[in-house]
Amino acid sequence: MTLGVVMLVHNALHRAEQVARHWAASGCPVVLHVDANVKRKQHDAFVEALSDEPLITFCSRHRCEWGTWGIVAGSQAASEKLLHDFPEVRHVMLASGSCLPLRPVQELVDYLSDNPRTDFIESATTSDVPWTVGGLDEERFTLLFPFSWKKQRWMFDRYVAIQRWFKVKREIPKGIVPHMGSQWWCLTRRTLSAILTDPDRPAYDAYFRKVWIPDESYFQTLCRLWSTDVQSRSLTLSKFDHLGKPHIFYDDHLQLLRRSDCFMARKIWAKADLLYESFLTDAAHAMKKSEPNPGKIDRVFSRASELRIHGRPGLYMQSRFPWGQWNDSVTCAPYTVFEGFADIFQDWEGWLSKHTDARVHGHIFAENWVEFSGRDKTFSGAMYDSPKLRDYNSRAFLTNLIWNTRGERQCFQFGPWDAQYIQWDLATDPNASIYVITGAWSLQHFRSNADFADIRRDAAWRQKIESEHLHALKSPHAKANIRILTMTEFIESPMEHLQTIINDIGGDGAHRLTEAPKMHDLRGFGKFLQTLKNEGMHPYLMGDYPMDDIPQRRSSRPRKPYLIKK
Amino acid sequence: MGVIETYRLRLRRKRYIARAIRKRRELRNVVNRTKDVKKGNILAFSTQRNEKVRLPYFLEYYRDMGVDHFFIVDNDSDDGSVPYLAAQPDVSLWHTKASYKGSRFGVDWLNYLQWKYAHGHWTLVVDPDEFLVYPFCDTRPLPALTDWLDASEIKSFGAMLLDMYPKGRIDAQPYKEGMNPVEIASWFDAGNYTITPNHTYSNLWIQGGPRARKFFPEEPNRAPALNKTPLIKWDRSYVYVSSTHTVLPRGLNKVFDDNGGEKASGVLLHTKFIDTFGLKAKEELERGEHYAGSVEYKAYASGLVEDPDLWCKWSEKYINWRQLEILGLMSKGNWA
Repeated sequence: MTLGVVMLVHNALHRAEQVARHWAASGCPVVLHVDANVKRKQHDAFVEALSDEPLITFCSRHRCEWGTWGIVAGSQAASEKLLHDFPEVRHVMLASGSCLPLRPVQELVDYLSDNPRTDFIESATTSDVPWTVGGLDEERFTLLFPFSWKKQRWMFDRYVAIQRWFKVKREIPKGIVPHMGSQWWCLTRRTLSAILTDPDRPAYDAYFRKVWIPDESYFQTLCRLWSTDVQSRSLTLSKFDHLGKPHIFYDDHLQLLRRSDCFMARKIWAKADLLYESFLTDAAHAMKKSEPNPGKIDRVFSRASELRIHGRPGLYMQSRFPWGQWNDSVTCAPYTVFEGFADIFQDWEGWLSKHTDARVHGHIFAENWVEFSGRDKTFSGAMYDSPKLRDYNSRAFLTNLIWNTRGERQCFQFGPWDAQYIQWDLATDPNASIYVITGAWSLQHFRSNADFADIRRDAAWRQKIESEHLHALKSPHAKANIRILTMTEFIESPMEHLQTIINDIGGDGAHRLTEAPKMHDLRGFGKFLQTLKNEGMHPYLMGDYPMDDIPQRRSSRPRKPYLIKK
Repeated sequence: MGVIETYRLRLRRKRYIARAIRKRRELRNVVNRTKDVKKGNILAFSTQRNEKVRLPYFLEYYRDMGVDHFFIVDNDSDDGSVPYLAAQPDVSLWHTKASYKGSRFGVDWLNYLQWKYAHGHWTLVVDPDEFLVYPFCDTRPLPALTDWLDASEIKSFGAMLLDMYPKGRIDAQPYKEGMNPVEIASWFDAGNYTITPNHTYSNLWIQGGPRARKFFPEEPNRAPALNKTPLIKWDRSYVYVSSTHTVLPRGLNKVFDDNGGEKASGVLLHTKFIDTFGLKAKEELERGEHYAGSVEYKAYASGLVEDPDLWCKWSEKYINWRQLEILGLMSKGNWA
């Protein structure tokens, strides 16, 4: 017999009883420390229930509250009793009522016999550990903590602030270097009794009594004085979330726990019947061993913490709604906005979908309808073709569109005919790539048959809208990938620009462009602009478009004349 | 948020509590089994009117989940649901003939019962057509969730309302007693929800789904609210303000993270749109006892007469909570 167990219990006593009996059945003595907060009646019934087992005994009770000395005092009392009553014990394991052995006790005993002088205790200096509940790391050891973190938080915080103000710095007893680590350890009789019988113990106890969370530092620090072989790791698997609360294991973690290489795990949910049933059996009934894969447990829990802290960017939902400075990206994935292209090219959408893997929409922010790709009434995620619904919350419309189509790049058209509510969200979204051919919207006027006076007025209005939009795109707040060309610049060498865009979008379609999209007939556009100018409007967004049209070099094939056959 | 604002909300909370206590006179106790309620039990609160056909599955669903006791207010049913409920061993039943609208759509009645019986308990406030889905609900009972919330010192748990509907006419497949309504209404909208933060109550106002796109495409601001906080570790000083959308003190409404993280949340599968709906809508229109002059029911009535199909080709078929999690409708948060 080489292993004894010190068990700290405060609730779910029936589970503690089960686990204690499990240890005793394998010949390991157990000393239980029952929290003084447990009612006398409950305590007495618990003691009575275990009275038939000589290997299970109880020690004096202390009041245990999270982060206070009581837990250490309890561990000390129980350890003293264990070492005294069971002289054959060589290793002492500290466990809680919600710890569960994951491997047969004999395996643990054998393992410890192979390492008779090793102390398994996680113990690191304060500068090396990342867990700092309440932003206190080194100060745990240099300030005083007479107030409860849980029940007297206000006083706790004030008192810390006051001490910082007065630069209080407690003296750390000579000879010790504060270490911290998991509360759950397994020490040799040699080390443990040296700690407990140290003539300086009263001084250390007095010091640690006022340290914050001494159960994570008392044994972790003092073992360094005595131990000849510290293995700085815990035999007990326990995972903590971002607030320092332990993760809890449930029945559905069974396979995960089986693949852990740890001897113990905590915390186990008290009602996880399947876990208790599966692990509290003797070696003969133990489940077949499976290949240990402790990394998997780690991944599951670190992913959970990651989700809680950072969430899924670009997702807005009932329990994630970032705003202000924390919301650095609007959407969840890259997408592309085209402005003016559809005015210059015939069947621009068709051409673009042919040459990229992207989903190409029309003007999804058009004033009177939502031009989903294929002009469907509904789209992914059951989005609906209703401009009112869209404009009611156009940002949600955009983020939904991009979220619903994760894995597929979205492209859509935008222009001065569209509802403009969304423009700042587009400009400030790092996921957006915005390609603008300024002034191209005027081709719609150019092709229109409307009364020229109306055209002139409308053109002035659209120009104003676009120039405000450009103001947003050029503002220092804009984070999108933005490329602005005047219509004149673009038309001079359209293929070069298209090639860059196609390369930016990427995907399998990113190759050398061989086929140009068909441009609308621009003959006479220069004259049209001149007419606008003559009428007193100043169309400047198109760039310096020559009166005699630009020869369209790249889409070189001569246009077929339109023949009307009789 | 200023001191005045805070104080005003405090007064409002007190007033709602006083109102709820006053409204107790409208309730007549039919069966009181509340002495069976033990410390740590999870309690469900519900109002119902002529939902007999839904009740067996409703009770079974939540019993299996781990609800220990049901507190039900019957609003003058005549379909035999009163004797049925009275015979259930874990139901305490109250009856009232008073106006549903007058009690602010049942909120006052339930606020009173919660004030009286739910102090210190986890309480779930759901209608008979709402089914709670939370992370790991297929492998962990509700007490696992509430124990975890306790351990994490979280007092309220959000679960947005997700409107479910069948494919085809909503009255095509009749609902029979004891059936799982999600088997008929198994489709939902996955990604057309909009969120507006409400700074007074620090909650999120969620709208969208099939009702918004089908019945309110022209006046989206009137579309019904879908945000809910149905699961709360109740305290005598708490009070629901409007349905379970809003609760005071407002800290309980903050079931979301505004720094980019995700808190754990669930979904209430709302199975209103099955064949029983037509009858219900007709009756409710006559009674005029529903929210905002029954505008919803009017819109439904006209919408569903013209085209009684909420399904579209992008509708998503319900599989399980993991599907809802992946779609981003709910989250595991840091519960693993």
